[in-house]
Amino acid sequence: MIDLGPHAVFIVSSYLGAALVILALILWTALSSHQQKRRLAELEKRGIYRRSETTSNRKEE
Amino acid sequence: MNKSNPMTDTSLPANWFSRLAHPGVFLSWSRNWIAPLAALTIILFTIGLWYSFFNSPPDYQMGETVRIMYIHVPSAWLSQMIYTLMAVSAIGTLVWRHPMADMSMKAAAPLGAAFTAVALFTGALWGRPTWGTFWEWDGRMTSTLVLFLMYLGLVALWRTFEGQARGTRIIAIFTLVGALNIPIIKFSVDWWNTLHQPSIIKADGLSMPASIYTPLLIMVVAFTALFFTLHLVGMRTEILRHRANSLERRHVSARNGTSSGTTS
Repeated sequence: MIDLGPHAVFIVSSYLGAALVILALILWTALSSHQQKRRLAELEKRGIYRRSETTSNRKEE
Repeated sequence: MNKSNPMTDTSLPANWFSRLAHPGVFLSWSRNWIAPLAALTIILFTIGLWYSFFNSPPDYQMGETVRIMYIHVPSAWLSQMIYTLMAVSAIGTLVWRHPMADMSMKAAAPLGAAFTAVALFTGALWGRPTWGTFWEWDGRMTSTLVLFLMYLGLVALWRTFEGQARGTRIIAIFTLVGALNIPIIKFSVDWWNTLHQPSIIKADGLSMPASIYTPLLIMVVAFTALFFTLHLVGMRTEILRHRANSLERRHVSARNGTSSGTTS
């Protein structure tokens, strides 16, 4: 590892903080997407479809 | 949301962009873009971080703390770019009432808030060793804090007006009014006395050596690719949420003997 000098704590904290926020953002985005997909799948299981939807394009999404 | 169909609405310009931005068509083409964009983001971050830590010299004034700039500047760039994107989307909502413009605004707001928070946090940690203070109420920092609060306000408004067409238009107006802050952030370093550095891009070229500009540029592109990946997924999620909400509403209406429908 390179020597970050006397201000290493500021540099490392910056990168750790940014990494935490970005990871949380990625997780939250993936989780939200998964939740809505699951919600639609449950509705479909209950026989509730969009009017315009056919079996083939349901599978695609 | 009671929106008209963008494929048949005559108020929309009937061009390829309108067709591409139709929620159904958007879902089918955008799914092919997520994996390549995510891969590009990972590659760019790998190269950018390697440059940031192992292939760039310390600055002659700031020393090693220059490395904070490689995440501070990209997140500050995104904080302003995302708001500009939201303002353009707000015009799409108000002028064409395009559902994808709504989705774009809604999906971008929390991402903008997060990147602005990173910009403020890393800026404070850069300021302490460089200027001797974590915070100064000067033009650039204060206007960026205002931007962060505006993002939070817009996220709260989206949650308040969930699924309401009129609410979407109100949020679009708020978003456009808030866009006045973007030129204030950009030119604050020229208009007022500030501790903050002026823009690195000037009319007569760049104000830094290539050894520092190279990792900075790679990290800016990496952050931008990350945003577009997350935004694309976020917009898809909003379409699915809208569909699920509409289906649930229609199902309840059908049970109660009233009619309703979905549009996307």
